[in-house]
Amino acid sequence: MTRERALNALLLLGVPLFALWAVVVEQPFMITLATKVAILALAGTGLNLALGHGGLVSLGHAAFFGIGGYAMGILASHAQSYTPLLDGALTIPGTTFMPIIWLVAMLASGLAALAIGALSLRTSGVYFIMITLAFGQMFYYFAISWPAYGGEDGLSIYVRNRFPGMNTLDPIQFFAIAWTWLVVVLLFSASLARSPFGLALNAARQSPLRARTVGIRVYRLQLTVFVLSGMITGLAGALYADLNRFVSPSMLSWQTSGEIMVFVILGGVARWCGPLAGALLFILLEQVLGPISEFWHVFLGIILLLIVLFAPGGVLGLVAGRERVRV
Amino acid sequence: MSNALIAEQVLNGLQSGVVLFLMAAGLTLVFGVMGLINLAHGSLFMVGAFAAAATAAATGSFLLGLVAALAAAAAAGALMEVVILRRLYQRDHLDQVLATFALILVFSEGVRWTFGSFPLFLDVPEALSGTLVLPGGIAYSRYRLTLIAIGLLVALGLYLLVAHTRLGVRVRAGEDDREMIAALGVNIDRLYTAVFAIGAALAGLAGALVGAIQSVQVGMGEPVLILAFVVIVIGGIGSIRGAFIGALLVGLTDTLGRLFLPELFALFMDGPAAASAGSALASMSIYLLMVAVLVVRPSGLFGSRT
Amino acid sequence: MNPRTATWAAALAMAVTASAVSSATAEPLKVGMITTLSGGGAGLGIDVRDGFLLAIEQSGNTDIEVVIEDDQRKPEIAVQLADKMIQSEKVDVLTGIIFSNLAMAVVPSATAQGTFYLSPNAGPSALAGRGCHADYFNVAWQNDALHEAAGAHASAEGFANSFILAPNYPAGKDALTGYQRLFEGQITDEVYTQLGQTDYAAELARIRASDADSVFFFLPGGMGISFLKQYADSGIELPLIGPAFSFDQGILQAVGKAALGVRNTSQWNKDLDNPTNAAFVSSFEAAYGRLPSLYASQGFDTANLLLSAMAAADVSDRDAFRSALKAADFSSTRGDFAFGSNQHPVQDIYVREVVQEGEVFTNTTLGVALSEHGDVYAADCSL
Repeated sequence: MTRERALNALLLLGVPLFALWAVVVEQPFMITLATKVAILALAGTGLNLALGHGGLVSLGHAAFFGIGGYAMGILASHAQSYTPLLDGALTIPGTTFMPIIWLVAMLASGLAALAIGALSLRTSGVYFIMITLAFGQMFYYFAISWPAYGGEDGLSIYVRNRFPGMNTLDPIQFFAIAWTWLVVVLLFSASLARSPFGLALNAARQSPLRARTVGIRVYRLQLTVFVLSGMITGLAGALYADLNRFVSPSMLSWQTSGEIMVFVILGGVARWCGPLAGALLFILLEQVLGPISEFWHVFLGIILLLIVLFAPGGVLGLVAGRERVRV
Repeated sequence: MSNALIAEQVLNGLQSGVVLFLMAAGLTLVFGVMGLINLAHGSLFMVGAFAAAATAAATGSFLLGLVAALAAAAAAGALMEVVILRRLYQRDHLDQVLATFALILVFSEGVRWTFGSFPLFLDVPEALSGTLVLPGGIAYSRYRLTLIAIGLLVALGLYLLVAHTRLGVRVRAGEDDREMIAALGVNIDRLYTAVFAIGAALAGLAGALVGAIQSVQVGMGEPVLILAFVVIVIGGIGSIRGAFIGALLVGLTDTLGRLFLPELFALFMDGPAAASAGSALASMSIYLLMVAVLVVRPSGLFGSRT
Repeated sequence: MNPRTATWAAALAMAVTASAVSSATAEPLKVGMITTLSGGGAGLGIDVRDGFLLAIEQSGNTDIEVVIEDDQRKPEIAVQLADKMIQSEKVDVLTGIIFSNLAMAVVPSATAQGTFYLSPNAGPSALAGRGCHADYFNVAWQNDALHEAAGAHASAEGFANSFILAPNYPAGKDALTGYQRLFEGQITDEVYTQLGQTDYAAELARIRASDADSVFFFLPGGMGISFLKQYADSGIELPLIGPAFSFDQGILQAVGKAALGVRNTSQWNKDLDNPTNAAFVSSFEAAYGRLPSLYASQGFDTANLLLSAMAAADVSDRDAFRSALKAADFSSTRGDFAFGSNQHPVQDIYVREVVQEGEVFTNTTLGVALSEHGDVYAADCSL
């Protein structure tokens, strides 16, 4: 058993066990923390598809996170107030039914990713980073100025959305939903990486020129993975908005994009469980350092710096060293 | 809408462009020569403003405040470079993003720890306050005119530095081929630190100049940072000329957009809604400009195709 | 002992035992304070916290436990902190939130979970009208109040044409709506700036080009500082008026001379003539080395409201505690204090002017702009 596999197993078993333990000791807030880790890990895994496997450094992924969140917010708020979204030839009611909300969130963020990707992938390198950032900012400013859905105040959703057969307000059950999604997406990303698509993408990431010469359609591959990545991050956004029962433009800000990227880098880019490790570490640091000092961001920054300088492959890179699990 | 209003707005656009140029010049130099993405550039802006405010409050002299801003920002930049960023040149952009993101945290809360949570006071010096009547009858702020003048002077100075000095030769060569100039015996370490310090000093100067007419508070650098990135992308990374043109374009687009877009919307919407929608589109206008430029010229206006 | 005496004795004994038991097992009241203690808006949260804690300390009440957390001005963090305080720490009362968008994220679900919420600052209209709740009390103001007072004062001063501006977000829009509600003149221009905008040259040019005789603006925090400095530098001589949010004690020091002479509206000022206020101002200055702002006074009043309710009822008897809160039987820094039907204050709003006292810039009260003023949203509240 390689070290990375061992650590992956530890993470994948440890987090749910921790959540179950929290049920036993009656600390619902701990379960909420675990759910937050799961959802942020999901967002990071989405980004990692584009970033780690595709080599596309997107600093605007908060756009998809926020679109997913707003999809949930808009649908649920219309359902809450019993007003339909559209009332004309076609009446579209709101809904609080999770599966539909997830579907809409993924579709909406997928479409956005298609549009953004189609334009952005014409550039490369730091220009790509900047243009994705620009798109993220555009969505952010749009959301702030859109009065119908709260603008900067955001949208509060008073009840958690429904999933058939479950009491979603019960923290551990909602955790189960979020965790299941994370595992499904992790399995998907693993099979994607092993597939011909994934191998071609890997080749394109390492050397686009060489990939093109053997007939790989790099642009098409990159766009596809960008869209998939956007959809997953959008799903995470819908879940996150559900967790907090609140969505606001801050989900679309460049700081959020930066934070998601930080999880991925912290854990180890292109490592299977990298985003999970990164999200867990970030949340742990936040909880542990917060009570210590009013200025705990200074310590967080210093720790992040130390990790960047001395653990270049992220936490998993530090543990696993040069070996890579074939996933 | 009078001609005087439009003329005043054009001047405002120039002024904001010139300030952006001070930020963008440092950023583009650092990226062009060292290939480093520096998200903490905004923190240097903030350090300059705080240093100026603290010094001006202690000594009563705005000029000393400016000097302090230059010195403090250059020192902070040099420290950043030597201690942390030097190890990241060979690394992925991602690691640079993470490291400089972490530096933002350290600087922001560090400044708050040192100076407290309330904004600091920094005022325009008496000699530069008030307005000047320009030909055409426009009364324009003397201080803003000074800003435009300083910005143009710095642009000229940078041009002379890059085009006509030995340092400039090395910088240009370094942008082309880093390894070659190292092989030719140039002390890369010192060159990089110098370039970084110059960029940092410019950011600090921008912070101090702007702090006099805005609020000197924690986090003041982040919005300017994003704009500066937009500028260097539009202008082309590594190109000072591009940064200058890009900055003016962005400044003018932003200012004139805020003037004309609400008017445009008012043509077919009623008052408050038009103002609101116009303001919303105006805030997005710079990003739309950037996307438009990149679609047509993916490396920016004056960037080299890498 | 005859049967009647025995019954009385037994009853007395039971009563004594019961009260002894209840006071022996009465747990300290736990207050969760979620406020902004880091980043750009930290000054306000720090003032609210300091005012609150000063009142607690002065009361000598040891039956109260305060847990303080920093929301970093992020709604998601505020929501999580609220969940943690309600579910893990099991607080009885929540308070502290400064910004309306965070309040909108936290308050509805907090009151739905059966926790009392006392707002020391944010007063969004949604929570004053249809979204009002029996367990939600606002001790500061409803967001529109200070803007309405500015409008009333402008009309009283005879201004007929106002240029108004605010940032393009819900609180900004509420501000301009509030001003126009009581301003009887014409609006020459209604301008929305960007949130976080630092350069107002464009707007100043428009003011210069308009034929307004007065300018009303709502630009909280750093935005206000930038605007005031640039306004002073622009040569425009029109009178300025705004709500206290751009003229509080913390900001004035950063603006300096540029703010002198500007009129602003507030429900509190340090020179309000009542004994509670005088004691508050001097004790705050002694304890913290700076003059209090209106945020500090709001924190102080919130704590005293809570203490007054604790004196009248136990928090475990929710109905009694609620009534005690509603009675608001405490000495406020504003003099008399009373809630309206929607549990928002009905109070006088004053007009102040920025002056310089020695080295310090501060406000002096000129008069009353609105007397016994409630809010228009109370009509929509079902309480």
